[in-house]
Parts: sequence; C-alpha cells; structure tokens
Amino acid sequence: MLKLLNKIIRIGVITEPATPPAAAEMERLGIEVKRTLDRRFAGSLAIRHVDAGSCNGCELEIHALNNSYYDVERFGVHFVASPRHADCLLVTGPVSRNMEMALRRTYDACPEPKLVIASGDCACNGGEFGVSYASCGAVANVIPVDVRIAGCPPAPAQLLAALQYLLQSARAQHIPR
Amino acid sequence: MTDDNPLLPFIDACRRNGLDPGPMDPATLAPASLLRVDVSQWLELAQAAKSAGLRWCAFWAGEYGTDMEAYSCMERAGAYLILRCRFGREQALPSLAPVFPSADRPERHARDLLGIVFKDQPDERRWTRHHAWKATEHPLRSDFHAQPPGPTPADHEYPFVTAHGPGIVEIPVGPVHAGVIEPGHFRFQAMGEIILNLEERLGYVHKGIEKAAVGRDANGLARLAGRISGDSTVAHGWAACQALERAAQIDVPRRALWLRAVLAERERVANHLGDIGAICNDAAFAFAQYQLTRLREDSLRENATVFGHRLLMDCVIPGGVAGDITADQARDMRNNAITLAAEVKQVIQILEDSESLEDRLMRTGRLAPELAAELGVIGFAGRASGQVYDVRADAPYAPYDQFEVRVPHYRAGDVAARAKVRSEEITVSLEMMARLLDSLPNGPCRTPWHAPAQACAGLGIVEGWRGEILSYVSLDEHGQVTRFFPRDPSWLIWPALELCVQGNIVPDFPLCNKSMNGSYSGHDL
Repeated sequence: MLKLLNKIIRIGVITEPATPPAAAEMERLGIEVKRTLDRRFAGSLAIRHVDAGSCNGCELEIHALNNSYYDVERFGVHFVASPRHADCLLVTGPVSRNMEMALRRTYDACPEPKLVIASGDCACNGGEFGVSYASCGAVANVIPVDVRIAGCPPAPAQLLAALQYLLQSARAQHIPR
Repeated sequence: MTDDNPLLPFIDACRRNGLDPGPMDPATLAPASLLRVDVSQWLELAQAAKSAGLRWCAFWAGEYGTDMEAYSCMERAGAYLILRCRFGREQALPSLAPVFPSADRPERHARDLLGIVFKDQPDERRWTRHHAWKATEHPLRSDFHAQPPGPTPADHEYPFVTAHGPGIVEIPVGPVHAGVIEPGHFRFQAMGEIILNLEERLGYVHKGIEKAAVGRDANGLARLAGRISGDSTVAHGWAACQALERAAQIDVPRRALWLRAVLAERERVANHLGDIGAICNDAAFAFAQYQLTRLREDSLRENATVFGHRLLMDCVIPGGVAGDITADQARDMRNNAITLAAEVKQVIQILEDSESLEDRLMRTGRLAPELAAELGVIGFAGRASGQVYDVRADAPYAPYDQFEVRVPHYRAGDVAARAKVRSEEITVSLEMMARLLDSLPNGPCRTPWHAPAQACAGLGIVEGWRGEILSYVSLDEHGQVTRFFPRDPSWLIWPALELCVQGNIVPDFPLCNKSMNGSYSGHDL
C-alpha cells in the first residue's frame, strides 16, 4: 500500500492544460462543425460511442482521452453506457452493412439534441473501405452528421479540441431573457 | 528430407495410413511446405496431420479459374505445412472441423463468401453473412459486384443454442456494447450469476477487406493491411509486406528489418500496457489503469515524434519502412526503453502485492492447457495455457533469427496468467528493442518495390502482439492483388473465450474478455 501511495504522490498531477481552439484553427485540426450545442449543454456533454465498423484504431485514441494527460472528464465530458443517457453519438468506422441497423436504432434511442460526431476518415468519407457490398461508407450515408473529425485515427488532442470547441460555443451563446 | 524435419511424423503417419501425399514443394509458399492434394485425400491428410501432432493454423479458399482452391495451413515445431486442393465448384470439400474444431468458423466464412459446399460440416449456420447478401450470393467471387438495394436489416433470426429449465436466464449483449469497444453479440445462458454457456455472434464489423484488396497494387495492399485491426497495424502490415516481398522475391535491406522489429516491439509494448491497465480497471483497480495508460501515452508520443504516427500506421511499406531514424533518435529510444522497463517493473510489483486484485484475477476465466491445445490457441492466450509457441522464437524470420527471444509461459490459464505473460513480454520486448537499436545496421531503410514479371503468391508469418499472423497474397502478372487472406490470431482466440467463461460469474465476463482480447475487426474482415 505504501508503494502504491508513494507512486501516486511521486507522479503527481500530470494533466496538461488545454485551451479551446479558435474557430480559425479548426480547419488545420481537420474539424468541421455544422451544428453546435445548445447552451443548456455548456457544462456537460454525455457521449455514447458507437463503433459502426472501425478497425479499432479510433477506439484506442478515444480511450486515450481518459488518460491522465488529457482527462476529458474535467470539461464535463463523459462516456455513457446507453444511447438513452447520451446527448451525443461519437461514431467511428465506415458503417458496415451488418452494423447499419444497430447504428440507426442507437440514433433513434438517443434523445435530443442527438448531436452526431463522425470521427476518423472512415466515418467522414469511408476511408480505405469506401462503399461496397459490406460497407455503407461514411456515417452521413446512414444518419445525419453534425461534426466531422478527420484523421486516421484522429489524435486525442484533436478529439479534445473538437469537444472543447463544442462546449465553448454552447457557453458563448446568448442567454434568452 | 533430413531426419530432423519436424514434418517427418506427418509423413510417417501418411505412410502408416497408406496415403501418398506426393512430393512437398518447399519453394512456392516458402517458408511453408506446399502439398498439392486431391479432394479425395483432403480429410485423410488432415487426420494424419492431427495424429502426428500438427497444430491447425488457418483455412482459406479462392477461385481458381472456373474451379475453386482451398488451403489448409498447419504447423509443427516451427515447420509449416500447407495442403492445397483444387476442385470443381459443384464438388463438395470435406470439412476439417470434425478433426480440428477451430476450422469451423473459417469454413463457414468461406461458405458465406465463396459458396463452397462442405461435406459433413457440423454447423450449417451462416457466420460472416448476416443480411447484407443472400445465401445464394457469394461476394468474394469475381463475378459478384452487387450492393444491397436498401438498408440492411438487423441480424435477428440467428438460431442461437438455447437452454431451458427453471431458473435459467438468457442474457443478450451487443452488438453495441456499454464501453468504448468494438461491436459483437454475446448470448449468455446463466443460472443466477453463473454462466452456463456463452455463444458468440460476430461479423458485425465485416467490411469486405478481402474483396477490397483485389485489384490493389502492393502499396495499396499494405495500407489496407494496416487497417485490418488498428491495434496491430505494424504486425499486419509486416505480414502482408513479407508475403508480397516473398512473392516478388524482393530482398529487404537489413536496416529496414531491424526497424520493422523495433516498430513491432513498440506496438507490442503499447498494447500490453493499455490492456493490463484495462484488465485491472475491470476489477476496479484504477491505479493500474492510470499508471499504465500514462506510460502507454508516453510511448505513443515518442512514436509520433520519431515515426510520425502515434499508432505507427503506414510505417511498414513494401520493400522496407517509410522513414529512417537518426542516431540520436535511436539512442534516445533505447534509453527510454530502459527507463520504461524499470517503471513497468515497479508498477507490476505493486499489482502483484495486491491481494484484492489477485482475488479477482486468479482462477477466473481458466482455459485448461488440454482445451487450449485442442483449439490451437496461440499468442499470449495460448502461452498462458501451456501452448508455448512464438513465431519469433520457433520459426524466426529476420531479424529475429539473429536474436534469442525469451518466451514467458504458464499453465494456469486464468486471467492472472494471461496478464502475467503479457507483463513479462513487456520486459522481453523492451530488452529486445535495446538490442535491436544497439545493433542497428547501416544502409538504406527500403528498396524500391517492383512488380513481379508473372503471377505469383507469397505467405507472410509474423508474431503480432496477439499472436501468430498469417498473410496470404497472390498477385497477377501486372502485380495486382488477386487474393488476400490475413489470418488474425483472433480466429483462434474467440472460440477459447466461449469455453473459458463457463462456470464463471457474469460480472467476471469483462475480465475474461479483456484478458483474451480477440480483435473483432481482425476476425470479421
């Protein structure tokens, strides 16, 4: 136990500061936002991840968002176990035909605002797999997409930037009287 | 043939059974020995192989003109044997699943994609096919170009094994799981908390990789191979490039081979770090998760700095590696490997001191060595259950033929043993990395790819972090791919998961699953 506590204390807090990207920076980061969040979501975003056919590369980098360096939860972003608890779907992979209905049903089960982030080149445009007998290609071919993040796979810093941008733009919205 | 040929017992078994397998061809699919066999001998030769102690590795098939051809790959003591059989489309191929149980799903995959008719296949159910194409359609045939006319319905009518009786409950899980993981369906029958039976239903991430490979050039194939399973991008890339290079008879510069091994060991370490952390996290021991994902992140960042990609995608290319490293980078990487080894050792020691963790991991998800042998389980999952095989040590390919590779192994076969094998493999890999970087040869890091002058084929065999990867590639006279079959180790790991969870409690399933860690994408193709 002492060794464990000693290790925790010695490593300390390694979480890196992360500032939301300026709008101008978004293109460089390969992030395209077509719809932002309502201000009611400014402090918290519940994400349901759906692997619709990815090679698992994207998932590895989404996992990294929760490591101590990025610690995405400090921004109120958390991954939930059911689409019914989610504000947002984070979809990876080309949509395989065998996952098409599962993705549609997950989308249907998700309450408004149902923000959909297509993450990774496959989700954005079909990537190496395109449209075939087995693949529907891009996520937008199956459900409406609000945010695109390019990359094979997108790095955690890129994912974090996109999420921070969404939360910041929600925060910046005018509060109706 | 010399007396120490590991395949000699197979030849003896053939003789005892009055079989004449004909001459072995050591060149066409080197390093494997190729036997051209008649359909009438297909089953009997497999039985002889089994009686001679050969391990079953892979089955794949393809079109051969208007006929079909099937391949079955087996191994003994590092020597690979491939049976190849050509037969008419309407002819039935005897199923090898009654001899080698793990041949079941690969055969059903071939039936779904190519329409091969099997004789005495014990399972009539579809496997990779859900509802995107009909039973009468065969996507891997060259005359198939169709796409589904509308949305593909859910796979809701699959005839799962059922169980009835008072107190028995059925638990369907997936394809969309609760965590950030790949999709697949698990059907449990449980009595209270005890799992009576688990049946897997995979194929959800089938995205047509074998078909997508056809017509690509070498570089295009390497890119695709790097995306079969994103966590094994180096291993699959290397296996595919090795197959291409053997087919086209291209000699890869020594420096490139050393760098490929550095990449492969980095991939192994990063995956082991992340997964050991995740296993502990599934037992609510978050300390391990935070410490080991921190070390994993450090390693991925070094990948990005030195090789230009955090997961090392597209670093292995036909003819060599995409980018070279400087002497300073080699020195830094070496020193960082030594530092990392010390830190991993420290964290693992803390895990081993934890009795509560031990309580969750030991005797959980036990795969008995006898079962592991029967299923031909490979990689760390096999090595935790007494199946001591590592391509790097037992059938070494360059540059591993220049080094001694220590292979950690246990017989307990539980989650703890699998985690322990993996933690020891981190040490072995980091030591290997230091030795590789210390002895990095000078010279170019790639040689130009040139398409072969005639149609040819090649076989790649490498040890990925999950286990042995086989990669079969055939090229036409223009250097375009006509057939690509990558056999991810997951084909041999998934059936083991079904058995190792029996008698465990449902809440321990995540531990069992994570400790086996089959790839869905690598299996579904």
